[in-house]
Amino acid sequence: MNALFQTDVIGLDRLKVGTRARVSSVDWDSLEHSEACRLRHFGFDEGVLVEPLHLGPFGRDPIAIRVGRMTVAIRRRHAGAISVTPIA
Amino acid sequence: MNPLPLVAVAGSPNAGKSALFNALTGARQKVGNYPGVTVERHSGRLVLADGRPVELVDLPGAYSLEPASPDEAVTRDVLLGRQKGERQPDALMIVVDASNLDNHLRFCLQLIELGLPTIVALNMVDLAKRDGLELDPKALEQELGVPVIETVAVRRRGIQELHSAVDDMLSAPFCGVHQHVKSDLIHLQRRAREVATAAVVSETPVRRWTHRLDSILLHPVAGPIILAAIMFVMFQAVFAWSQTPVSWIEDAVAWLSGAASAVLPAGLMRSLIVDGAIAGVGAVITFLPQILILFFFILLLEGTGYMVRAAFLMDRLMHGVGLSGRAFIPLLSSFACAVPGIMATRTIEDPKDRLTTILVAPLMTCSARLPVYTLIIGAFIPNRRLAWGIGLQGVVMFWLYVTGICGALLAAFVLRRGVLRGGGGGFMMELPKYQWPPLKDVAIGILTRAQIFLKRAGTIILGTTVVLWALASMPQARPGQKQSEVSIAGQIANGIETVVRPIGFNHDISLALLPAMAAREVAVSAIATVYSIDSADEEAGSKSLEDRLQHRWSLATALAFLAWFVFAPQCISTIAVTRRETNGWKWPLFMVSYLFAAAYGAAGATYWTAVALGL
Repeated sequence: MNALFQTDVIGLDRLKVGTRARVSSVDWDSLEHSEACRLRHFGFDEGVLVEPLHLGPFGRDPIAIRVGRMTVAIRRRHAGAISVTPIA
Repeated sequence: MNPLPLVAVAGSPNAGKSALFNALTGARQKVGNYPGVTVERHSGRLVLADGRPVELVDLPGAYSLEPASPDEAVTRDVLLGRQKGERQPDALMIVVDASNLDNHLRFCLQLIELGLPTIVALNMVDLAKRDGLELDPKALEQELGVPVIETVAVRRRGIQELHSAVDDMLSAPFCGVHQHVKSDLIHLQRRAREVATAAVVSETPVRRWTHRLDSILLHPVAGPIILAAIMFVMFQAVFAWSQTPVSWIEDAVAWLSGAASAVLPAGLMRSLIVDGAIAGVGAVITFLPQILILFFFILLLEGTGYMVRAAFLMDRLMHGVGLSGRAFIPLLSSFACAVPGIMATRTIEDPKDRLTTILVAPLMTCSARLPVYTLIIGAFIPNRRLAWGIGLQGVVMFWLYVTGICGALLAAFVLRRGVLRGGGGGFMMELPKYQWPPLKDVAIGILTRAQIFLKRAGTIILGTTVVLWALASMPQARPGQKQSEVSIAGQIANGIETVVRPIGFNHDISLALLPAMAAREVAVSAIATVYSIDSADEEAGSKSLEDRLQHRWSLATALAFLAWFVFAPQCISTIAVTRRETNGWKWPLFMVSYLFAAAYGAAGATYWTAVALGL
């Protein structure tokens, strides 16, 4: 059960463009206060639907992500702090 | 006298707040600064149906009362009555984007808790409809407990209704704000989603064309190519479109100078007016068309939402030299003028990121360099066509811009590994929907720029031109002597000349460098003034400035002069604004020294290379 759960959950930075997913957890402690604050402002929270839309042209960084009704751009490193469960 | 009632306009970024503010106040606006902080204060006047005036203050966009930037801190402090230089607002107008209620209602809910008399402008309902969203403002009103008015700011829809709502709101009793509002963002966000769900009548999934446009404009290959193409077109247009209006201005200046010569008796007074004021200021205002075309593009890119996409495309490269994509907007604005560019760095949260951006901003080719570049390129680079629509002169201009950009990136790279080491630096931005900006707002922006530029031409430039004229005209040269050698200015320039001689600069350039400290474009009027005084003793009074330059400068000198202006920090305003934004003299002095050193090195390298190549 535990193993199955772990394979399902991936970092938002590893989610493929065009794949929808639900945020399962956010590692707030790995972020600086203002960064965590901004991510909350954008609406990142457990249970929220997200979908990567575009990747930056150089090093596939940053990532444009739809969260709720808005599109935001964040760096790959910050996206890694957000764990998601892809929706099949 | 009682002060006017003060209504604060607040909302999340990209809610269309400024467009609504423009629609409510029109041209009756004042831009100032909050004391002690570097945040602009925009205020304006709204006149109610019965003629009573109300003061409206446009607060910086914020996502919540928990600030993540200095701008957001001002918004919070004004609303809580803690901001120096601002009264406690009497009422509040909250602007929300109808198509992004889930997010914008979070801040809205927090603001309502302040207990101020409040109305909500449900803005951009047309775009929500385009996205297939059907909303019920009455349901929203019930959930929020405050009046909700549907608006489309850019089409002035709902403005009349807002007026009467403001009237009602100001007659409501109000007994102070609650200082302690809920700051639990997660809780507020969940409540915001509930309210948003209650307000949505129906939602039909449509293909959003912002997404489709982004698939092209943010495409890994096409995106950067389109960005480069847009920038290239922008700089070619600055040249091509401006030719006709420039010739009109030149004709007008020539006519004015002829008329003044005919009216005034020959002598010192005529020389002051014709050779000093008209020749100097005239040479500078011929560049007004180019500056306005450049601002037109920048305002358009900003208004459509493309500017943020450019930041997205550039972030990784900027990150490579230790900057964030956010620096792209201040740096791109610096192409118009480094002063607003440096002021725009306030949106960069990391202090070291911000300082680096400030220090490299003067390397972006600002519009004040255009007069210098245009003059030298026009005089020395043949007007040859390389391909359809691409001229050699345009290519050289493009090259100068590229050199400035590369210089800025290199400087940032070195700074971030040297004096400004450390600091995380992040990039988190909202990508707003594409929108065609109201041309009226673009026009207002361009007009403001024209005013600022003409005011500068009228004051600083006129002043320095006249002083230089005096220094260059006295003492009078005896027959057989050259006026520009004998005068006081000539003596000062001799001192400068010994320093700049090794990099190929002649006496004329030395003479122009000092007044050009006030503003770069003064270099052009300084050279024009010197030559028109000298030409009094020559026969060639009818020669154009470009013809005279071709006679007196070598190509190597001209190229070195261009290279100098790519780097030299010749602008008092930029130095002053850097002092203000960094709170001290340390960084502006550092900036001036490193830029002068770079300018000297670049001009020298250019000159020596050109001479070695036999140019």
